[in-house]
Amino acid sequence: MLTEVRILGRGGQGAVTASQIIAIAAFYDGLQSQAFPMFGVERAGSPVRAYVRLSDKEIKDRTEICFPDYSIVLDPTLLQSLNVCEGVKKSVIVNCTRCISLKKETYYVDATSKAMEIIGKPFVNVAMVGAFAKVTGIITLKSINKAIDDLFGLKGKPEVIQKNKDAVKAVYDAVKK
Amino acid sequence: MSKKLNIGGVITEPGSTKHYKTGDWRTFRPYWDKTKCIQCMRCWQFCPDISIPQKDGKRQDTDFDFCKGCGICAKECPVKCIVMNKEKK
Amino acid sequence: MKKVIECSHAIAEAVKLCKPAVIPMFPITPQTHIVERLADFINEGSLDSEMIHVESEHSAMSAAIGSSAAGTRTFTATNSQGLLLMSEMVFVASGMRLPIVMAIANRAVSSPINIWCDHSDSMAVRDSGWIQLYCESTQEAFDTIIQAFKVAEKTFLPAMVCVDGFSLTHVWEPADILSSKEVDKFLPKYKPMFSLDPKKPVTMGPIAFPNTYQDFKKQQHDAMKESLKEIVDVNKEFKSKFNRSYGNGLIETYKMDDAKIVYVCMGSLCTTVRGVIDDYRKKGKKVGMIKIKCFRPFPTENILDVTKDVENLLVIDKAVSLGNEPIVFNEIKSALYGKNIKLRSYVAGLGGRDVTHYMLRKALEDKDKGGEEWLG
Repeated sequence: MLTEVRILGRGGQGAVTASQIIAIAAFYDGLQSQAFPMFGVERAGSPVRAYVRLSDKEIKDRTEICFPDYSIVLDPTLLQSLNVCEGVKKSVIVNCTRCISLKKETYYVDATSKAMEIIGKPFVNVAMVGAFAKVTGIITLKSINKAIDDLFGLKGKPEVIQKNKDAVKAVYDAVKK
Repeated sequence: MSKKLNIGGVITEPGSTKHYKTGDWRTFRPYWDKTKCIQCMRCWQFCPDISIPQKDGKRQDTDFDFCKGCGICAKECPVKCIVMNKEKK
Repeated sequence: MKKVIECSHAIAEAVKLCKPAVIPMFPITPQTHIVERLADFINEGSLDSEMIHVESEHSAMSAAIGSSAAGTRTFTATNSQGLLLMSEMVFVASGMRLPIVMAIANRAVSSPINIWCDHSDSMAVRDSGWIQLYCESTQEAFDTIIQAFKVAEKTFLPAMVCVDGFSLTHVWEPADILSSKEVDKFLPKYKPMFSLDPKKPVTMGPIAFPNTYQDFKKQQHDAMKESLKEIVDVNKEFKSKFNRSYGNGLIETYKMDDAKIVYVCMGSLCTTVRGVIDDYRKKGKKVGMIKIKCFRPFPTENILDVTKDVENLLVIDKAVSLGNEPIVFNEIKSALYGKNIKLRSYVAGLGGRDVTHYMLRKALEDKDKGGEEWLG
């Protein structure tokens, strides 16, 4: 079965990195995967989109995703400027402090607070992958941790990597409908 | 193709231009008066065809295999010891 | 080892395994990730290459010509304006018969300025005497780089490996990355026919007078035509060693056994077309695809072979020849001269416009109209 995901964030928040982590984790969970950014001239702060396709079969599509199964929103301020529900087939997963009601089934988690608590900086992109894992059950925490090692293992500091993994777990546990 | 050519036009023999003697292009022939020459080497410097040989800092007679008879040496010579004469063929 | 990797990084991995001695480079979006990664490899010591940071693409190709003439394996990458700026030297490289491999992250050409994918840049130098191989996936891009070095060095023709900018270069997907040992067994050391060596001087790139110039061009033309066979052989050998191949190396067909209506396309678009064909096949419609992998030299014979029972050909171009028919369409039409096949030409995806399922279905619905249509 094909699952399509859209990640909305702001330039610099790491929406593209989040898409890569989902793709790598899904691959470890035995799926075919494809992650790509909404190609463009990203500037810090401008709205950024990244996409992921996951499937148990060969993926035969490279078009932009207009009707994603899931929409992940990294920054609550995007709720005002974009229609985060646009084309969404299943659910929207939002990083925000309180329960909100959108047109589609909505999950929320205060990932920014969790990130500040654990990492000490408002880096929510990696943590929000945990929310995606909990909501969909498509990818496992174990694979996400492996994906984080793959992406940051060579360059990142071990304690920062560990903090990110902890944030993933915390967000995984905290996400609510 | 009629000719055998190296790919890319590579010429494997170095310095092959020495086989191409340009001396027969000459209409005027420089005559060098050795007795008047002050060995300033201006002609040697200016010759565009490297046709004025020198040995141990001394000018030798013009190399007529390659001299095209352009007359630059005669023009540059400060003591006018080089004169251009019509080539006899 | 199979892993999820960005296509640009996979290309860099392939280049690393081929161990070029010199990499002259000048960055340009969307090619930059390739050379950035190569710079990383050199920095961390896993690649022993000389990276030359030049001041323009013209100089990048000039430096590549110099290093290849000195008898070393040479790689560079560019696209769009960069390719056009270096185009003068692109012709020199092929005329001097230097087997440089260059990755092209296909991007539209100004003006208006646009950084997204179409094939206008590489199409502009299609007659430059470079082999042009277009790739559909990360895996294919990785494999094609390795194959391209082998083909180029056997035929003394330079090769472009064309990968759709952003649409493929920035995609992360699984690909099998070969080991250094495996590639060493496949790709022998480069043995130049001539090289610049002070101990044994030669003259390269001299003037050719009217009495020889045409003969040199004939030589290049014959070498390009003969390279068709080399490309097929290298593809075959690659398959026997690594169990992966892309059609016969020149074209790849998809569901062509009984197909009556056939898409013809190049590059990353082929993946989406496969999906559309699967949908049609479920409804019992006999639809197939010809993917042109090798655009130069053009595989006319192979196109004739696979189109014997085809009724409609839908040729999708990602570039235009302003004032004439689109380029791939024109080539297909000339290959099929005198054959009773209905042809229709589509221009799509210029400057990165998404080529959607809807457009591809519309292309099929209009199959009998003939002529040309711009999709989207």
